[in-house]
Amino acid sequence: MLNSLSISETEETGRVSERFRRIRFRDIIRGVPWIPVTILVIFLVCGLFGSFITPHDPLKTDLRAVKKPPFFQQAGDMKYLLGTDAIGRDILSRIITGAGVSLQVGFAVVVFAGALGALVALLSAYLGGWVDTILMRITDMFLSMPYLIILIALAAVLGPSKNNVILIMAVLGWAGYARVLRSEVLRIKNADFIKLAIVARAGKARIMFQHIFPNIINTLVVLATLQLGNVIIMESSLSFLGLGVPPPEPAWGSMVADGRIIMNTAWWVSTWPGIAIMLVVLSSNLLGDWLRLRLDPKFRQL
Amino acid sequence: MINYILRRLIQAAICLFGISIIVFLLSHLSGDPALLMAPPEAKPEDIQALRVVLGLDKPLYVQFWMFISKAVQGDFGQSIRWGKPCLELWLMRFPNTLLLGGAAMAFTFVVGIPTGILSAVKAGRWFDNFGKAFALAGQSMPVFWVGLMLMLLFAVALGWLPTSGMGTWQHLLMPAFTLGWYFTAAITRMSRSAMLDVLDSEYIKMARIKGLPEYVVILKHGFRNAMIPIVTLAALNIVTLLNGTVITETVFNWPGIGLLIVNSIFARDYPMVQTCVLIASALFIFTNLIVDVLYAYIDPRIKYQ
Repeated sequence: MLNSLSISETEETGRVSERFRRIRFRDIIRGVPWIPVTILVIFLVCGLFGSFITPHDPLKTDLRAVKKPPFFQQAGDMKYLLGTDAIGRDILSRIITGAGVSLQVGFAVVVFAGALGALVALLSAYLGGWVDTILMRITDMFLSMPYLIILIALAAVLGPSKNNVILIMAVLGWAGYARVLRSEVLRIKNADFIKLAIVARAGKARIMFQHIFPNIINTLVVLATLQLGNVIIMESSLSFLGLGVPPPEPAWGSMVADGRIIMNTAWWVSTWPGIAIMLVVLSSNLLGDWLRLRLDPKFRQL
Repeated sequence: MINYILRRLIQAAICLFGISIIVFLLSHLSGDPALLMAPPEAKPEDIQALRVVLGLDKPLYVQFWMFISKAVQGDFGQSIRWGKPCLELWLMRFPNTLLLGGAAMAFTFVVGIPTGILSAVKAGRWFDNFGKAFALAGQSMPVFWVGLMLMLLFAVALGWLPTSGMGTWQHLLMPAFTLGWYFTAAITRMSRSAMLDVLDSEYIKMARIKGLPEYVVILKHGFRNAMIPIVTLAALNIVTLLNGTVITETVFNWPGIGLLIVNSIFARDYPMVQTCVLIASALFIFTNLIVDVLYAYIDPRIKYQ
């Protein structure tokens, strides 16, 4: 009797804990925007392993297959699924390779700008006083610049190259992070666990990076995801103007520009890379919105 | 209030000063400006003479002071490409950009605000979902691509509108739509959330309880109050139009300031680039300033934050 009771009890608790686990797992999964996530995974795979999965060499010109339309049109060919450009390069292969450029620039800018912004926010909000005043004036200055115009001017002066694009966009793009994260740090700064850390004689650097920083990571991730799409659009705009990634390397923006001159005869050259940009940007915006609701309900109005 | 205006004025001045440093350094970042400006067949002593004429032999801070004090007096130097004063060239092109921007703004308000309000009134219904999808997709498309797709559809395939350039009103349609596109998506989102906030308030319930017809509740009691945030946010975003003109004008070959900047960059006409960037920044900063002050005037809580 006693035995059976205890068994049923353990069964009961076992079931409860299992249900608990299942619910928590479902909670994590619930509402994940699957379509954007799938698109971003494809983008990531193309960006990382692009050279292994392209059907053709993205730089190789085939003069017998110049301006071939995509496969569903009459003159199209299954060999070139999305058609070829003015000098016979396969557009699908170029889009896959171009994902690498967008991915590199996008991630590098988001990481550098985010790190710089978080550092400024921590220093400014935690140290306060004149440090805060000076850093926030500089932040205001960066926020009130005509971003794209300064970006174009700097890119032109420093010369078109991938590293220059990353450098300029990171240097111009950190201020948004600093502004938002600063208010986060100000809020956390007065929490009890920070006071306890001070009592435990933790140094300023230790408090900033080990106690406060982990608490702003959520917001940082949300901001970074939302900025990613923006960075990809800016990079492609620069490449479109011929000020971004220099020619032999396929970038989505410069591919759209390539199709501009032959628009009358080959509509597909400009169309496909633009759709690629739109899908990736839309996906990262949707994922960012979802993350914001998930991680940081405060910023719903942002 | 006066205190607040003064504080913002000083902030704007500091900001403009910082940007002018960047703009000044633009021509120095790319190497020796004298070499750039001299014709390719110039002898070394000619280049040296040019350096003295341009003041490039003086220390950097002296040059900066000269640059700033001239710019304040409206002298931005001569364009290398056209050999005319930069300001004169800028003033020649500015009306075209103003026309394009004005048309884009008009389009934005006419389409964006009603769409946003209707979305808020019909929150959760198909129109709202459609509006949300439209706003999200709109903000995810690069401006230059939207322009090219419009060109493909209306100029190449249908042949209704001219592809590029400036002239008749038909020339204005596609560039204005392209420039306004991104902004329309943003303003739809803004007016939707502003209207939702207002419709949630007690005085709207009061108006309904009084038995007023629904259109009076929405237009007179709701919309009038939602106007304050919509208009200020819209004004704040006028400045993003300025950014958009560079791309839009390049795509449609519209002879405004944006195209002038891009062409000057490729012609390595640095005085012209500097002029355009400096004036654009000044406009940008002062629009922001005016909007901030107006906002503080409308909503006094702003000052104390």
